This record gives sequence, C-alpha cells and structure tokens, in this order.
Amino acid sequence: MTKGRTRHHQPGVGTVEIKSFSFDSLLLESGERLGPVTLVYETYGSLNQEKSNAILISHALSGDAHVAGVHEGRNNPGWWDSMVGPGKALDTTKYFVVCSNVLGGCKGSTGPSSINPATGKPYALDFPLITIGDMVHCQKRLIDHLGIEKLLSVVGGSMGGMQVLSWLVRYPSKIRSAIPVATAARHTPQQIAFNEVGRQAIMADPDWHAGNYYDRTPPDRGLAVARMIGHITYMSDASMTEKFGRQKQVAAKPHKFTPDFEVEGYLHYRGNTFVRRFDANSYLYVTKAMDNFDVSGGNSLQKALYGVKTKVLVVAFESDWLYPEHQSKEIVKACKLAGVETTFCRVHSNYGHDAFLLEVNEQSHLISHFLKKVFNGYEVTDNYAV
Amino acid sequence: MPSEEISLDHQIILGLIEPQSSVLDLGCGTGELLYRLIKEKKVRGQGVEIDNRAIYACVAKGVNVLHGDIDSGLADYEDNSFDYLILNQSLQQVLHLETVLKDALRVGRKVIIGFPNFAHYRARLRLAFAGKAPVTSSLPYQWYETPNLHFLSVADFVDYCRSRHFKIERKIFINERGVIRFFPNVFAQIGIFQISA
Repeated sequence: MTKGRTRHHQPGVGTVEIKSFSFDSLLLESGERLGPVTLVYETYGSLNQEKSNAILISHALSGDAHVAGVHEGRNNPGWWDSMVGPGKALDTTKYFVVCSNVLGGCKGSTGPSSINPATGKPYALDFPLITIGDMVHCQKRLIDHLGIEKLLSVVGGSMGGMQVLSWLVRYPSKIRSAIPVATAARHTPQQIAFNEVGRQAIMADPDWHAGNYYDRTPPDRGLAVARMIGHITYMSDASMTEKFGRQKQVAAKPHKFTPDFEVEGYLHYRGNTFVRRFDANSYLYVTKAMDNFDVSGGNSLQKALYGVKTKVLVVAFESDWLYPEHQSKEIVKACKLAGVETTFCRVHSNYGHDAFLLEVNEQSHLISHFLKKVFNGYEVTDNYAV
Repeated sequence: MPSEEISLDHQIILGLIEPQSSVLDLGCGTGELLYRLIKEKKVRGQGVEIDNRAIYACVAKGVNVLHGDIDSGLADYEDNSFDYLILNQSLQQVLHLETVLKDALRVGRKVIIGFPNFAHYRARLRLAFAGKAPVTSSLPYQWYETPNLHFLSVADFVDYCRSRHFKIERKIFINERGVIRFFPNVFAQIGIFQISA
C-alpha cells in the first residue's frame, strides 16, 4: 500500500443535487423546543429494495452535506470525494450514502443564521444551545423520513465521530455498524481550550455585535483567527515542516509584521477563505456542542454499551495530537469490555488530525472490508485479498 | 516458516477449541488461525496485533482485531472474559512474560500456548558443533534480527508450569513430520500447551 492522496482518480459520483427535509419541531436535550427544523442533505448511490444498504456520514466541524461529486455547473468536489463514489471505500454502486448538514450549521440546515419564525429575523444568539445528541436526533428523523429502518453503518471523523458514538449509544438497534474515526468520547481540557480561544477570537471582533451582524459586516477577522487556530491543531509539527519549512513568501513588505513565512501565508489564506463559507455564530454553537459532548453523559461508556450488537471499527492516526490515539483507545476499551465486536487500527500518518481527510488508501482498505463483512451479514467469506 | 508447519500447529489448536466458544488471540498476526476458528468452529473471535500490515490482512478476512501490544492488551479485561486465550508463537516475544501469563490465565478459562522448542536437536547441534546461535525452521531468525526475547525448551516450560502450579491440561509436540510422542524435548520443533490456573 502506498501513501498518498492521488491514487483515487476514479470517476466520482458526478453531479449531485442538494435536497432538504423539514419537520415541525424538535425537543432539544436542553428541554427547549426548536422549530421548524430544516435539514439539507445529499445522497449518493441508490437504496436497495430491502433498504439494507444505507450508510450515514456525519461531517466534522467545518464540513457540510456535500461529501462527494460536484454541484451543477460548479467544480466543487465534496469533502470526502476520495472516499465516496463508485469503487471507492464507500462504494456507491453497492451502498446508498446519505449526509446531512448538522443542526446549528450554516450550509442550509437550521442554525443561528436561519430565520427565527417568531421575529422574522435571523436567530443569532436567540438560537438555543444545541448538543451533538440533538444533531443525531435530527439525523434519525431524516433516516426515518427516507424509510430506512436500520442503517448499515454510520461513519464520521472528528466531530462526525462524536455523532457516530452518539448513534451507538442512543440508537444501537438502528445501526448495524459504527465507524468513529479520529475522535473522542468527550473533549479534554486541551481540546476545550483550543475551541475557547477560537470562540473568544470571534467574540472579541468588534463586528460580532453580540451575534447581531447579519445585516452588516460579519466578524470575519475573528472567525478567520478561529480558523487559523483550528488549522494549527489539524496539522502535525512534521507535516508543517514538510509543507512550509521556514520558507518565506516573496512579496514586498509594507510593514514590519506583514506575514512573511509561508506558514503564515497559508494560515491567512485558510482563514480568509473560511469566512466566505462559514457563519461565525455557527462556529460558536457547534464548537460549544463539541465541548459539552460526553457520549455517556458522565457515566461509564462501557455500561452504556452492554448488549450492543453493533459492530464497531475505530480508526486513529499516529500523528493526530488533537484527537490522540489514547482517546480512541478509551472508546475501544469500553467496547471490548462491554463485549462489543470491535476492530481498532492506528494508521501511520504524518498529517496530524487532517489525516482522516487525507489518508485515503489505508482508510479505504479498513472501511471497505469492514463494511463488506457487515453487509454480508457478518459471514466470513472465503474470498479475501490483501 | 514453511506453511505446512503453520497449518499443523493451527490444525492442532483448532482441534483443542470447543465449537461456539469465545477466543482471544494475542499476537494474531494476519488472522489466519482466527479466520479458521470463526469459519470452522463458529467461535466469537477477537485478535490483538501490533503490526499494521497484519491488521489490514485481518480486516480483509473479516476478523475483529485490535491494534495493541500483548504486554498491555490484557489488563483491561475482566476475569474469565474468554473461554480460550491463544498465545501462539507470541509468548516468547513478550517482554513481561510472567505478568502476561498470569493475566492470560485470569482473562481466559484456558490458555493455549505455542512456542518454538529451543532444545530441538538441530538447534543443539548448531550450538554444540558450529558454536553458533541456532537458526532452524522453527527459529528462523539471526541473533541480530530475532523478535524472540525468551529462549525456552518444552522441558523448561513444563518445569515452569509446575513451579507456578499451572495445570497442564494438554501438551502436543510437533515437528515438520507430524506429532512427536517420544523425547519431545529433543525432537519437537514446536510445543503446544493448554494450561489453566
């Protein structure tokens, strides 16, 4: 197996359309009621007659429902295009793949930038605090709406992995397998700390106006800084050194502290492109949901998993220091002690947390074979190739 | 190691294990044995393996495997979590052998151990006459590349079990020709033991 991002140049899923599904109201885990709720989603492949081939993908903090393919007239491949498509890890000739934008997001699903029916204006900070569990309850509604009784699998990395774990604990009988990638059962103080610095950067931006910026200049500087911090945590020391070294950009220096190192330019670029596609209030709400997440609600995860028949594949990456291996091992430990059939692999990678988006070959091997086993009713088949 | 030999030790272990039991294979390699146990004995199988390539091979076979080393793989488990615990060709590579064995006997009702016999006559001849560390089909490594940390004979292991009051329930000795019944400490290349606490 060779490392790299370039192997998967198979034709993708082609042009895909954005769909949406709305329901009247949702009782949030906080006890508040929110409604109406709209979820924007995309699907790839087709649902078989038995409705047994459906896989839900849960996206990460800055992801959205657009996992694969392109939108009409645009060249915008989805965020996991290398993993989802004909012949890929999530093979759309076999499986029906669904991904929806999370509750609280800003890519079409209901979030703080949506119109509050009570005021006719965007919710802004009137939007209630939401949880990872609320996101999952919404996904469950969507799956019911699509007529799917039981999912073949729920797959996701990072915050997507938290949703996967949430499914595993909340709806174990609704999923035949779960694939949490580069994730944690709960955030550590360090993970909360990075998110808090991001939130403070947004709220310290004078353009934030306590969240009421939808009819004026948005807090782009604050959101860009939040994204820059994020990107530092998504990479590893080694991958940064490899990518940028101490190279300087060749540009005129208008003042002493103009960013001149390449890594500075990269972070600025990442920050500046992010603000064009993301809402600052969504960033606050969604990161808060991640920080508040504790899959077993402060109780033992092992106890929460007793009797669960779902098969689990846990994947971690070697250089991921944001969601380090030991957090995956904690999940694995709870699974194995609860007697849940579990496979765990720590994949070699230099990419840091970003590896879950970049290490296509290893992940494809693990996920495709694992899914094959689950799909074929857990029968070990004679035909296997390494 | 020739594949015949591998299949013989696997065959013997296969014969020791009750159908539909639960099995933890520590150092399961590419999952060959677990695969056969799942297929032929319908066991609930779980492997532990440290090597990524071997893990990928397990996953390709549909064998449940956890990335981890044997030394730290057992501590988490509760008593009697498995009917059988297998340490095939891995015990001699474990750093804290005593701790692992005691934990294995706690976590598994029965422990099946297979290891190369260091006192096989070819190893003895090489050491005695060539004056060189044994390199044989069951001990295929040069001294500078061997993963083996413990060099033991089947007689050593019997003594050890006796001294620790482990019950030896079964012992089977093999070489490339088949099962050995006489002078196993001289003629066996591999010893397979089933022990319990």
